[in-house]
Amino acid sequence: MADQITLEVARYRPGLDTEPVMQSYQVPLREHWAILDGLTYIKDHLDGTLSFRWSCRMGICGSCGMTVNGDPQLTCATFLTDYAPGPVRVEPLRNFPVVRDLVVDIGDFMEKLPTVKPWMIRDVDSPVEEGEYLQTPEELDEYKQFSMCINCMLCYSACPVYALDPSFVGPAAIALAQRYNLDSRDEGAADRDDVLTSPEGIWACTFVGECSAACPKDVDPAAAIQRYKLTAATQAVKNFLLPRGAR
Amino acid sequence: MSAFHDVLVIGGGGAGLRAAIAVAETNPRLRVAIVSKVYPMRSHTVSAEGGAAGVAADDDSLDEHAYDTVSGSDWLCDQDAVEAFVAEAPRELLRLEHWGCPWSRQPDGHTAVRAFGGMKKKRTWFAADRTGFHMLHTLFQTVLSFPDVVRYDEWYVTKLLVDNGRTYGVVAIELATGRTETITASAVIVCTGGCGRVYPFTTNANIKTGDGMALAYRAGAPLKDMEFVQYHPTGLPFTGILITEAARAEGGWLLNKDGYRYLQDYDLGIPEPTPVMRSMELGPRDRLSQAFVHEFDKGRTIDTPYGPIVHLDLRHLGAELIDAKLPFVRELCSQYQNIDPVTELVPVRPVVHYMMGGIHTDIHGATPIQGLYAAGEVACVSINGANRLGSNSLPECLVFGTRAGRAAAVFAGQYGGAIPPAILAQGRDEEDRLERELTRHAEGRERIADIRTEMQTAMENGAGIYRDGDSLAKAADELQELRLRFADAAVDDHSRTFNTELVALLELSFMLDVAESIITCALQREESRGAHQRTDFPARDDEGYLAHSLVYREPDRHGRRVQYLPVTITRWPPGERVYGR
Repeated sequence: MADQITLEVARYRPGLDTEPVMQSYQVPLREHWAILDGLTYIKDHLDGTLSFRWSCRMGICGSCGMTVNGDPQLTCATFLTDYAPGPVRVEPLRNFPVVRDLVVDIGDFMEKLPTVKPWMIRDVDSPVEEGEYLQTPEELDEYKQFSMCINCMLCYSACPVYALDPSFVGPAAIALAQRYNLDSRDEGAADRDDVLTSPEGIWACTFVGECSAACPKDVDPAAAIQRYKLTAATQAVKNFLLPRGAR
Repeated sequence: MSAFHDVLVIGGGGAGLRAAIAVAETNPRLRVAIVSKVYPMRSHTVSAEGGAAGVAADDDSLDEHAYDTVSGSDWLCDQDAVEAFVAEAPRELLRLEHWGCPWSRQPDGHTAVRAFGGMKKKRTWFAADRTGFHMLHTLFQTVLSFPDVVRYDEWYVTKLLVDNGRTYGVVAIELATGRTETITASAVIVCTGGCGRVYPFTTNANIKTGDGMALAYRAGAPLKDMEFVQYHPTGLPFTGILITEAARAEGGWLLNKDGYRYLQDYDLGIPEPTPVMRSMELGPRDRLSQAFVHEFDKGRTIDTPYGPIVHLDLRHLGAELIDAKLPFVRELCSQYQNIDPVTELVPVRPVVHYMMGGIHTDIHGATPIQGLYAAGEVACVSINGANRLGSNSLPECLVFGTRAGRAAAVFAGQYGGAIPPAILAQGRDEEDRLERELTRHAEGRERIADIRTEMQTAMENGAGIYRDGDSLAKAADELQELRLRFADAAVDDHSRTFNTELVALLELSFMLDVAESIITCALQREESRGAHQRTDFPARDDEGYLAHSLVYREPDRHGRRVQYLPVTITRWPPGERVYGR
């Protein structure tokens, strides 16, 4: 194994650069080193001006998503040795405005997330003194997968629909809406329906499945979207056929 | 420019989010804001794995949870605070359940509890082994349902504004633009978490740089019990990634190089095939990490390129249990260590995990500075004393986040009003200082990373699992020298847009303050208690030191002053810590 590997890193400094330029750095190629370790090596030893986000370095905080050799990845969970002998191309996540170097602006997602009401909605909220809402392990399994989203934005970066139409609510937000819709304790599905069935909601999705392929936590947002399409379609038929009281 | 909020929360993790909700619930008319250097869902609460303690089972009692916590703390906690904590923890965990937290369940639908280190009964609620992740996202998503809670995401607080013993807000930098702003408030709650990054090998995320501790310390508040640094016994060797105590609670064993369950040699009980509460692998973290050092001294650890290790054996638990209860452990081992714990031994070694000390607060989260509150790891109430029990920190965020939020809401409701001109002047001064830092350090010659690395090494060598007067004095000298070199640190990045090098500089400056407070308190405490083990003073000394250290910064001459505050004892007089017998 060579003892070095080249990282080709996208640089963009607003006010200085008119468009991103690639800059090459040599970093040690070591077992267990993630792409992120290569980037922190650059920052600490070679070039303090390189900007990127990172925090937990254990694949759970969702900060360090970037495009690695063309694919959206958590850089703390993607390893240099898997790209040897290199070079490895590291760019910001696609489909987001670039703030600086590898830092993207996720403000759009942060604004969309509350619109799907990703919180517990109850007709009547029982007092805490009455104890927990019962939920069997099987009921927990119904939504558990969709509760694993770490908001890392890899799915938005992979989504061809979001690339063309930034008004699309998008995979993670829809999966989180479904996380509550499918929770046996929640009664807010009707409150989330308008946004989910709007033109920017589930029907915008063409079921390419790139979101689920990119997801590092196996949330499978594509399945969440498909499942809600079925729910919405069934509901539409019911609404058409049945008198109001029987829905 | 300046904005005003009634209550400003610094930090968007478990304690900060819970505090913000508590303010909104206590007084919906109050304007609440959360300022955080990362988006709230990136906060380090996300990394907590094993669970959150709160009495739930019929065979358990509040007194037993309190006793476990008090004895776990080596009697350095305040027992009134512990009694309040154990009484309120179950309600807070239920509250979170009502907000949607996906707690693991029993077959009948009730929430499940698991065993944990130092706990005599099963009382640790869990969401598989991603408890912190689920708690944080539940809290964050619940905060989204309060549209009036304002957020300053990715803003970095550089100074607390204090006039005449009262706080009126902060100065912060918006990272995206580099803009500095004075944000005023009637009350401020510091919830910025711990400071594990002052050490070289830690489970803590990159953001855990002790910012809030240093902010309060510089503003004149004392830091309490800073010499008590928790080493978790089981971190992965290169990364320091935490392998949760739940792995041992579910039945995992710690083995030395001979395959021997070595904890039996350290007065922690006799090995049984299945877990025994408060025994062996379910002993407290301080004692387990100390046992590792003794095994190393005896030549019974295993050398690796990343230091000596022992093994965590989960193989006998089987794939089904591991996938159901410890799926994240399996994922982390596979991803970061290339091993499968179902069939292979997991290499582990002690790793800096948690700061028992922090900003001195009372039982309501109030600091000695009027209007300033603190909660979570950044604070020291103290329920953790000389050693925190696993799974007490998550409920601590909830219980004392709520308490601080309520107290701050009441204070802000009573004492709102005009911001003194001196505060706005201080804000302008701080904004000018930040400008100057960029210019001044543009010519610097020292790399930030070099100073940071040497600080971390000094701390590990000087104030590790075992320390003595000489090692601490040497660390104090090294820190003094690093402070001089810091003045010449280089910031090559002159951009205002997302300047992470400037943030690294400011973080390092905070860490140097926190590191010095740790060394100062450790030097003064001439006894061994919990996580503070002085080889030159190996015994606990209740006559001299059954008291909290309070370290004050003496701003005139970079000096520090330590005084002691007696521990509050209600029902459990100091006794022997007994595990496994």
